[in-house]
Amino acid sequence: MTKGKVKGIIANLVTVGVDGPVAQNEICYISIGETKLMAEVIKVTGENVYVQVFESTRGLKVGNEVEFTGHMLEATLGPGLLSRNYDGLQNDLDKQTGVFLKRGEYNFPLDKEKLWKFEPIAQVGDKVEAASWLGEVDENHQPHKIMVPFVFEGTYTVKSIAKAGEYKIEDQIAVLTDEEGKDHVVTMVQKWPVKKAILAYREKPRPFKLLETGVRTIDTANPICEGGTGFIPGPFGTGKTVLQHAISKQAEADIVIIAACGERANEVVETFTEFPELEDPHTGRKLMERTIIIANTSNMPVASREASVYTSMTIAEYYRSMGLRVLLMADSTSRWAQALREMSNRMEELPGQDAFPMDLSAIIGAFYARAGYVYLNNGKTGSVTFLGTVSPAGGNLKEPVTEGTKKVARCFYALEQARADRKRYPAVNPIDSYSKYIDYPEFEEYISKLIDDQWLGKVNEMKTFLQRGKDIQEQINILGDDGVPVDYHEEFWKAEVIDFVILQQDAFDKIDAVCPLERQRYMLDLVMDICRHDYNFEVFTDVSEYFKRVINLCKQMNYSEFHSNDFENYRKKLDELLAEKQIAK
Amino acid sequence: MAQAFQKIYTQITAITKATCSLRAEGVGNDELALVNGKLAQVVKILGNEVTLQVFQGTEGIPTNAEVVFLGKAPSLKVSDQLSGRFFNAYGDPIDGGPAVEGKEVEIGGPSVNPVRRKQPSELIATGIAGIDLNNTLVSGQKIPFFADPDQPYNQVMANVALRAQVDKIILGGMGLTNDDYLYFKNVFTNAGLLDRIVSFVNTTENPAVERLLIPDMALTAAEYFAVEKREKVLVLLTDMTLYADALAIVSNRMDQIPSKDSMPGSLYSDLAKIYEKAVQFPEEAGGGSITIIAVTTLSGGDITHAIPDNTGYITEGQLYLRRDSDIGKVIVDPFRSLSRLKQLVAGKKTREDHPQVMNAAVRLYADAANAKTKLENGFDLTDYDERCLQFAKEYSNDILAIDVNINTTEMLDIAWALFAKYFKPEEVNIKQALVDKYWKK
Repeated sequence: MTKGKVKGIIANLVTVGVDGPVAQNEICYISIGETKLMAEVIKVTGENVYVQVFESTRGLKVGNEVEFTGHMLEATLGPGLLSRNYDGLQNDLDKQTGVFLKRGEYNFPLDKEKLWKFEPIAQVGDKVEAASWLGEVDENHQPHKIMVPFVFEGTYTVKSIAKAGEYKIEDQIAVLTDEEGKDHVVTMVQKWPVKKAILAYREKPRPFKLLETGVRTIDTANPICEGGTGFIPGPFGTGKTVLQHAISKQAEADIVIIAACGERANEVVETFTEFPELEDPHTGRKLMERTIIIANTSNMPVASREASVYTSMTIAEYYRSMGLRVLLMADSTSRWAQALREMSNRMEELPGQDAFPMDLSAIIGAFYARAGYVYLNNGKTGSVTFLGTVSPAGGNLKEPVTEGTKKVARCFYALEQARADRKRYPAVNPIDSYSKYIDYPEFEEYISKLIDDQWLGKVNEMKTFLQRGKDIQEQINILGDDGVPVDYHEEFWKAEVIDFVILQQDAFDKIDAVCPLERQRYMLDLVMDICRHDYNFEVFTDVSEYFKRVINLCKQMNYSEFHSNDFENYRKKLDELLAEKQIAK
Repeated sequence: MAQAFQKIYTQITAITKATCSLRAEGVGNDELALVNGKLAQVVKILGNEVTLQVFQGTEGIPTNAEVVFLGKAPSLKVSDQLSGRFFNAYGDPIDGGPAVEGKEVEIGGPSVNPVRRKQPSELIATGIAGIDLNNTLVSGQKIPFFADPDQPYNQVMANVALRAQVDKIILGGMGLTNDDYLYFKNVFTNAGLLDRIVSFVNTTENPAVERLLIPDMALTAAEYFAVEKREKVLVLLTDMTLYADALAIVSNRMDQIPSKDSMPGSLYSDLAKIYEKAVQFPEEAGGGSITIIAVTTLSGGDITHAIPDNTGYITEGQLYLRRDSDIGKVIVDPFRSLSRLKQLVAGKKTREDHPQVMNAAVRLYADAANAKTKLENGFDLTDYDERCLQFAKEYSNDILAIDVNINTTEMLDIAWALFAKYFKPEEVNIKQALVDKYWKK
């Protein structure tokens, strides 16, 4: 392997002189005393190789030895990834000793000793290719498929396959013969370079299946699909993290991967603390069983922040290849972009807008493109749904990361300062936000079967009411309460009913936090029925007072168990109240 | 400080306002050096050319200055002797007392493994209702005051420090005016708290670049007390805007390409490294904690500037002070202030109705703000608007003003009394079960 010596140091950018060939993105280790620091090649000019070190470079000296490894940064893939807490380089944080992280302490991300109950799927003589399913183990109740390693090219014949039984991850489970007659041993663990997409599937159609999140402002107003992409930009303090946590807890996915990328450590700790206790609303098992956390908090080294999003995506693609529905959440992609900026700056590249690297939008685009709903080679389906948050500087959406993301993500959930200030949570602006999936005919067909064929019509009607309410509010602000007709107030308050009852949701209330689709349908029907009626009011002051009572009863319904006695009682009171003023059609 | 057989370099090849470069060998990154007796730190090594950042500035440094490398990164000697003492940015006493003896620890040490942290869950009561009721603080939290330079943030911070139930208070003063430095010193001395306090102070009279050492010094001391002594430590950092300005000066002298507002591209990571030292340790690691309350001064209230903006993304909320002209007092602004960790204690360590009462009161206060706009625009007010305005005035005076000093249960009772005085239950929008229990009849 190629060796080298340190020639220069600026923060975590190190220049190395080498004695042999090196590859772009190759991993190397720099010795500093007994410790070895992991680094990645990011630029080569003549004899100088620039590497970014994934650790602090304090005390590093010119002349220190560097060893190259001959491979890029790789993720280790196999059974036992679920429920683990990794750093951006896939070190198991629970295996690290001590309260403080030690520089240069790396570990193997899986358990080599654990026995897994293996069931073969492939048979001797089968023709297989990369990602073909050879067998299956049970990992936290998920059918974890043991696959032909993704790096295998061409077709292979199964020469032998292990019998059902218990095996360790490094035990031989199959021997495959390639087209030239050479034998290859396959175990349960494989490696894949994180910056390359795993493309071992047949086809990637447009996403069309609703991914239920239990959040009304998403599912009802702007739904995201299995295999879809979305992003949540918002100034700080608008509830990005609360919304993301709600989605990761409630979404109807088999596997949830949370990439805490350059964010607060206490937020990750919240996930560490809560997920082992909380139940998955769909299966009743503990949330942690289906979750993997990649934690690279803001005080951990910058370079591994960049690696963390790729590590997460690679693990997501791995589970997708097993025919599972994976949800990947990254908080926040802006921190990743900032890591790119810091490196680009140290390499003295000519900067683009706001000093970000010129190719930022291409990098973001390529990353979002790795998500998707796929038909695997065996005809089964799997998906990686990707939701990223963006932290726009100064809350200004005209900045490079937001703009680069807007070009590629299909759902946009605009968190708004004004809504947050008024404590209207989730602070997603219903008018600026969008889901492009609503316009897909294949989604319309799917949702018509799943809910009913009136559904999308009702959703659009709701949005029209909201838009009208907003327009009227502006007029009232200009002309004054008594400067507009009474029915203007009525229209405005109908929009408020939609806002308070459908769009707002209390993430900290046990019942209101999760709203299943059936309940969303019930509430939308109820609210749209309220909105479609005309009411009998003499003066505008009666309007607000009346609708506040309507809202209060609807909110009490939201806080009650669906169809419980309380719920039905509130409904009864609401119907009585509505009968007082509604004009029969 | 010089030791025997130390190599002395005397050939400086380049000098800027904050850095100087020379040819030297065997030098480690981040290592300290003395340039004609002035403390400096290695910031860049290219082959045998080493660039040093000189903390006091390079005024008067000649090209033949004597440079000695010290073979270590900046460090602080930690022990119980730190208590009650005042130090400069290098950790040297400025109170006339003797040097501190103890274990020498490099500052800016490694971060806590996130899985070894504990979720913060202990309330830090301040008696200020605008904080305790609406923006409850939790041990292990990091939160700044976003304040205009003319607001009394240092006074509020000193009050919080005096009332908070903690074992140690560490003050990191960056660019403090001499008056404010003496204010802190007097308040702490008069309260008889001096033995609980450690101060690292850089005043406006000291060189700006020295400030860069203050947060790390303060936090190294904090880590000593929180880890080794298992104490509950509160760190006060004022003013972080001046810290960031010093970062910008250095990056500018090193010809780095500035990003937004002339700040270095690494501002987010630089600030995060400091704020993320806030931590609650679990019982198995001693159960100590570090809580950080900082000040970020704004220019003209602009929070989109890179410094408050990046800070807001790192810290767990922010507190705003505002002068309420209706009552003539400074209040904690309920709209823009936020404590992200409040739900960990609100309604759990405080009475169950806390979260809903807090939200309802702020909602009504917002309605009052709308009514006020209407009034200013010359429109008639409804009866509801009038009631909101009256409510807002009392709420502002009894709850939000910074001179309030009561416990949370009293705060909640005051809020319920105000609700009952001005509103009907259905206007307040609180869960029926709580209304049944607490509504003042």
